[in-house]
Amino acid sequence: MKPGGATEPPSGTANPDRAPDLPDLERIPIEEHIVEIVSDSGEGAQKAGQSFGTLSAKMGNGVWTVEIIPAEIQPPQRSRAGASGIRIRLGSGKVTNMGDTADLVVAFNEQVLYSRIEQGALRQGTLVLLENKWATSNMPEIREAWVRARADFERAGLDVREVPMETECLKLTDNPFRGKNMWVLGLLCHLYQRDLEKAEDQIRTIFRRKGDQVIDLNLKLLRAGTTWARTHLGFYYDLPTRMSDQPLVVMNGNEAVGLGAMASGMEVCSMYPITPATSVSHYLSEVFRDAGGVVHQAEDEIAAIGFAIGCSYAGKTAFTVTSGPGLALKDEFIGLAVMAEVPLVVVVVQRGGPSTGLPTKVEQSDLLSALYAQPGDPPKIILAPATIEECFHFMITARQLAELTRGPVIVLTDANLATGVQPYPRPQFKREWLAPPIDQSPWKPGVPAYDWDPETGFSQRPIPGQKDGMYVLTGLAHDEGSHVAYDPETHERGCNRRSRKVAAFQSTLKSPKVHGEGAGDLLLVGWGSTMGAIEEAVDKARKRGARVSSLHLRILSPFEPGLREIFGGFKKVMTIELNYSDSLADPYITPGNRRYAQLAWLLRAKTLVDVDCFSVVHGHPLQPAMILEVIEGELARLHGQPGRRLETAAPLATGKDPSCLA
Amino acid sequence: MFGLMPNCRLDLKKPYYCMADYQGAEARWCPGCGDHAVLATVQRLCRDKQLPPEKTVFVSGIGCSSRFPHYMRTYGFHGLHGRALPVAAGIRMRRPDLHVFVVMGDGDCCSIGTAHWVHTIRYNMKMVVMLFDNEIYGLTKGQTSPTSRAGTRSSTHPSGSVLPGLNPLPITLGVTNVSFVAQTVDWNPAHMMATLDAAYEHPGFAFIRIIQRCPHFAKGLHEELLANPDRTLYLDHKQGITLPDEVARMYKNRARHDPSDLIAALTHAMRTDVIPIGLFFQDRSRTRYDVYGAANINTPPERKEAMLNRELDRFAV
Ligand SMILES: Cc1ncc(C[n+]2csc(CCOP(=O)(O)OP(=O)(O)O)c2C)c(N)n1
Ligand SMILES: [Mg+2]
Repeated sequence: MKPGGATEPPSGTANPDRAPDLPDLERIPIEEHIVEIVSDSGEGAQKAGQSFGTLSAKMGNGVWTVEIIPAEIQPPQRSRAGASGIRIRLGSGKVTNMGDTADLVVAFNEQVLYSRIEQGALRQGTLVLLENKWATSNMPEIREAWVRARADFERAGLDVREVPMETECLKLTDNPFRGKNMWVLGLLCHLYQRDLEKAEDQIRTIFRRKGDQVIDLNLKLLRAGTTWARTHLGFYYDLPTRMSDQPLVVMNGNEAVGLGAMASGMEVCSMYPITPATSVSHYLSEVFRDAGGVVHQAEDEIAAIGFAIGCSYAGKTAFTVTSGPGLALKDEFIGLAVMAEVPLVVVVVQRGGPSTGLPTKVEQSDLLSALYAQPGDPPKIILAPATIEECFHFMITARQLAELTRGPVIVLTDANLATGVQPYPRPQFKREWLAPPIDQSPWKPGVPAYDWDPETGFSQRPIPGQKDGMYVLTGLAHDEGSHVAYDPETHERGCNRRSRKVAAFQSTLKSPKVHGEGAGDLLLVGWGSTMGAIEEAVDKARKRGARVSSLHLRILSPFEPGLREIFGGFKKVMTIELNYSDSLADPYITPGNRRYAQLAWLLRAKTLVDVDCFSVVHGHPLQPAMILEVIEGELARLHGQPGRRLETAAPLATGKDPSCLA
Repeated sequence: MFGLMPNCRLDLKKPYYCMADYQGAEARWCPGCGDHAVLATVQRLCRDKQLPPEKTVFVSGIGCSSRFPHYMRTYGFHGLHGRALPVAAGIRMRRPDLHVFVVMGDGDCCSIGTAHWVHTIRYNMKMVVMLFDNEIYGLTKGQTSPTSRAGTRSSTHPSGSVLPGLNPLPITLGVTNVSFVAQTVDWNPAHMMATLDAAYEHPGFAFIRIIQRCPHFAKGLHEELLANPDRTLYLDHKQGITLPDEVARMYKNRARHDPSDLIAALTHAMRTDVIPIGLFFQDRSRTRYDVYGAANINTPPERKEAMLNRELDRFAV
């Protein structure tokens, strides 16, 4: 069976531990699959899914997992809004995004399935393994709801099979609410022929703090789930696995940010809780103290960044992490870090806005805010990791750049990276990643605190403790010696030197690489977490003969050089983004007054190329099918055919009613 | 820098810092502004304690009083309006070797920076914190401050402010984990010096409210206090701030106040008939966040590497 399919073929060797033949069962060969486990919150669907994902990565599959988060902490049971769970996309090759619609769903009740239908997560033919204890509930309204739902699902074309999860778990435990998830893991282990020993190890790891009794029970549940599936389901999937040549680690983007901070030798994470950024500090709080660091939970976001700036001013490396509303509060201090040239890393895990917006959902709406929201002219560096691996490495780069350029570096990630879990090559630690110990040697007398290199604007900074380096940092306009000065020349010079640092940094960058051919009909430009979905769509379109390529930007301020030249190779350039833009079909909107998506806005200004955009604020990660539709519509129109222009802000899957699952 | 020590001994090996070593730019406050007196006293404190200027940091917000760091020749951080305390806390967290001083105006501390005021008291990190309370916004030209007393005619309340002035002392004393609260006046250098000395020696967050004259925007505000010594209540205790007899004699109106008694401190702090000066409260044993914060500052790179690898093992597939 050849690897690849929709996903990229990996390097490595085919896994010799192939599944044994099960002659009595139907073997269904697959190259990739999307699995969801959905339940009421508290039933452990996420734990089961995460284990399944890790296990699959360990066996050599490409994996991307993403959590399905209910809007409330304790939603009522069996409510549509309460759906909590996880999606795991598996492939024989690398998997870079959550994909489109699910192939298999395990649901702990029928109501939570509705919300997946409403979100367009399922398609006709999706196989649903549904807990059937509700059919015989002693409450008539539950039985009625069950019957209605079964009919709805039938009409929607779902392939529903009832599974007696509760009955089976009751054979082993009196509290199936807690144990069902591991039984389901066992079921999935059969279906995808996972290595049971590895699954058992996984259980021993997750429950290591719970004691032997708990571990034993969960192992029994796992085996029971496997046995039941093998004797009752009549089939299994054959998904090739390939062991990677290199060691891998698997984690989510927020863990990668925290680990990257540790690897960069940062000492302080100063934060105020906000979704979806907080889990960076949850992770760090477990391990940072042993690694020489400390997490400071401040009284608010302003104090959090002020504290980090204080640390940094005193020579200790610090970062602060937040999301949109917190970024708004931090802006005055970010401006101070620009003005007074304090190295600082600010991580912004973007969510939907404006205001409190969509706290748990993804958006890429804070680019312009990061770039411009501070008063005056605030030149700075902005980085945007596109993968979980980059979340790790960009933290190290960000710290180094902050120190090199003596100013703030903003790292924009998002809710999709924050909660997505993906394996990547294990980083090989290098001593130079760590921040050097602080310089306490005497400062050279006579050298001012801002001894700006007239060409690059760079300067070294004195650190408290350095003899003869005393200066008073100020956010007021100041000269080289940090003396407050309001005269026109001094202020012009200060602004110029700070801006020059960004230009000097830009002069060291290379042009970004185009994915696909360097010339063609259409170039899609993206940034951040959407890379996997965009490239998957581009690859699919290219296989069908389309002349489309994509470009993914990781440095958003300053831009990498050569963009205008790259754009020149294409008939049309458009950005693909998760933020708001006006649709030309809307009342009043013309090409002249249209509000473009944020990257498009910047690219138009910087390159003077008529960059178009497709952007949505539907709150979930971009999916390849939607992008493919954009590509096909645009190409048709470029070739003079009546291509549908996929309108921005109009979600593709509008299936509010389950019967319109098409 | 080298020279006579206060006891007239001469030590040629050790640098000796004199007043000039702490003097920065020429102070630009108005003539008669109380800030001048505080500056001189603080410089004396630094000299008396022989604080190495490079190991000393003055952190301020924005306001007339927040210009203070510029007039010192130490490290300084003249940051944002209301935000001196988070910055000072950040500096302190990982640098126990530095001497940290904070200067804030009443707008700075008691209005825009209120959240940080309350929470940094609770953090109880070692630093000397001075609230320059002139009951007015000086830098922005005379608007009502939260500490302005009712009826204050200001640029925002030309016919008199409406609300009673906020008394910062009981608020400070009321915060959980408070460890040092004192009050002094800009016109009594001996008392101010003794107060600063006690604050400097305090192992924690030492908060001093300095009643400060603003001859420009709050002209004559304290005239009565200055004219009538009985309007000042001198808090007297051997555990408190003690003055040489010849100075203490000035104050007829005295109260014995044990600074370990928080309830009595609150009672004194809430008095309006008199202005108590001295030490309201001190507890040297309160939890210190900076001790927690600096516990692992000397983690060697080998350990950081080992931890990182342990974590990568944990995430390994
Ligand atoms: C965010 C912000 N808001 C407002 C100001 C304007 N501002 C500067 S100082 C100040 C008040 C100064 O009064 P106070 O803190 O009492 O200090 P004083 O000048 O009396 O020493 C204000 C409102 C500012 N600099 N920044
Ligand atoms: Mg004031």
